[in-house]
Amino acid sequence: MTSITAPSIDVSIPELQERARTLRLHVLRMAERVGQGYVGQGLGIADLLAVLYFGEMRYDPRRLDWPERDRFVLSIGHYSIGLYAALAEAGVFPLDEMDSYGADGSRLEMSGSEVTPGFEMTGGSLGHGLGQAVGMALGHRLAGRKSRTFLLMSDGELQEGSTWEAAMAGAHYRLDALIAFVDCNGQQADGAPATVMGIEPVHDKWTAFGWHVQRIDGNDIRAIVHAIACAKDASGRPHAIILDTLMGKGVPLFERREKNHFIRVAPEEWAIAREQAMARPGAPS
Amino acid sequence: MSGGASTVPTTSSAPVGITGTTGSILTSDTGGAASVQTAPFGHALVAAGERDARIVGLTADLGKYTDMHVFAQRFPERFVQVGMAEQNLIGIAAGLARTGHVPFATTYCVFATRRAYDFIAIGAALGRANVKIVAGLPGLTTGYGGTHQGIEDLALMRAIPGLVVIDPCDATEMAQATAAAAEHDGPVYLRLLRGQVPMVFDPATHRFEIGRACLLRDGGDVGIVSTGLMTARALDAADRLEAAGVRASVLHVPTLKPFDRDAVLELAARVPRLVTAENHVVSGGLASAVADTLVDAGVAVRMERIGIPDCFCESGSIPYLVKRYAMDADSIVAAAQRVLTVRRSTNPARNA
Ligand SMILES: Cc1ncc(C[n+]2csc(CCOP(=O)(O)OP(=O)(O)O)c2C)c(N)n1
Repeated sequence: MTSITAPSIDVSIPELQERARTLRLHVLRMAERVGQGYVGQGLGIADLLAVLYFGEMRYDPRRLDWPERDRFVLSIGHYSIGLYAALAEAGVFPLDEMDSYGADGSRLEMSGSEVTPGFEMTGGSLGHGLGQAVGMALGHRLAGRKSRTFLLMSDGELQEGSTWEAAMAGAHYRLDALIAFVDCNGQQADGAPATVMGIEPVHDKWTAFGWHVQRIDGNDIRAIVHAIACAKDASGRPHAIILDTLMGKGVPLFERREKNHFIRVAPEEWAIAREQAMARPGAPS
Repeated sequence: MSGGASTVPTTSSAPVGITGTTGSILTSDTGGAASVQTAPFGHALVAAGERDARIVGLTADLGKYTDMHVFAQRFPERFVQVGMAEQNLIGIAAGLARTGHVPFATTYCVFATRRAYDFIAIGAALGRANVKIVAGLPGLTTGYGGTHQGIEDLALMRAIPGLVVIDPCDATEMAQATAAAAEHDGPVYLRLLRGQVPMVFDPATHRFEIGRACLLRDGGDVGIVSTGLMTARALDAADRLEAAGVRASVLHVPTLKPFDRDAVLELAARVPRLVTAENHVVSGGLASAVADTLVDAGVAVRMERIGIPDCFCESGSIPYLVKRYAMDADSIVAAAQRVLTVRRSTNPARNA
């Protein structure tokens, strides 16, 4: 049976929080330049990406094809703005390249794909990620590697049948080196999942499919670190970590905005957003 | 039959190299059209729904993005949201059809045809269930790259026995094709132009009919056979060719299946130099349907194909992509000029 490799986090919580703040500023920088983008998603998922890319994952930004690396699989192509922020911050490509987000001829597409270095697969046609992640976890095991597979998928993807086909396979093969994060931000294209097509009880569904399940505040870095540690202690099953996140997290202007899959930002709002993202929690305003 | 005057300048003004950005998926690129209509499909479906109480609307989490929201607002009790689940979308639609309803199901071309292919082939087509699939973002109408650009849907849908396949040109035809699909008894795949849609045809004179092509220009030097939004560019190309002293016919073929073979053969008999233009990969769609027709009839003509080459396309702004993949009016003009340059050794019609 595969056992998960030793914890690699030796970074403090405040350091990770600082990284998340930087990632949020990167997200705003990219979106401001084109005047739009999946800002809500990018800000909402910054905490997870900070933990994975600057604490938990074993990878080498200068050797992306290192076979032993832990893999991060982004099933949701439109969240790519968040991953670009993490990859640029990690040094996979120059920070300045972020200014090409969404531009003609750029490697940083609005809906991300494997043209961008550091992308393990092409997401965006939703419902593909979990199947490929199961394949990668199986592949690592067959190759005798200890590498882990981390997947980020969305609550909307819980409506695709392919997700549950893959979930069944993950449990069947006892892929305990697979950790799937499910971003429950309460939003999809036509509104809230509760009105579009109910997905709850999410926790019970994954449990019934044979997964080890945790549900946490996905914007609480301490909780994310703790959940990953708990996953390491539970062997023999794949892990689902359900993240309740807030779209636009870290920018109160967007947090309070009526939820929308694609938030509109007026030109004069970017400066306010930047300022809000820059403010450290707890610091006097 | 005339399709009315084309008033729409369709050539993108942004040269390749000038950087645009992909933009929101809801952004409509109208190619600088002089006249546009909003949500022609949504409004036409409401009109059909007023006439026929059997019509129901379905979508897979893309109501706002496919103009289905217009129908959902008017007939909330006849609207079914299935969530992001395209296979189930077609499955439920087929079930509704089998209980006497006329379901119109919307999603994007890629998700309808790639994800739900088996469900369309068996659930809708094999049983001749009265399902209408209305699919957005055909070809290069989105900058979202290979995952979102429906570049081979016509090939996939054409290959399914008994399915009607339509690629409308503009807002007028989008509305008329919606009405025609509602009246047709059997499964239909209809490409969707959504949001702000250019108007090329005059609704007072244009008549869309399933299976019928229309000759929009009649010129004897070169014949352009086009479908979907490429017809607007074909008309533009014909204008430019005329300014250069070349008279072009433009045959608009909005129905890929059943295919109007007679119209194509008639054109080929008069003008044995053809250019096909489609918002789709060059194999399996319009060009292939034209070639099938000519081969079956034993007719040899010289032909050039305008369409997406055999590749997944980049992300980017629509004007950038249209130039990058040679899908603009300039490219049609150039193809017409190539096809007019008679090369004896490669022209079987001339060699014969
Ligand atoms: C297979 C598939 N169907 C439909 C879409 C169109 N689409 C893009 S994002 C989206 C909403 C998906 O829900 P979620 O990822 O939860 O949205 P978010 O949290 O970003 O609002 C939809 C339906 C798609 N990309 N892929």
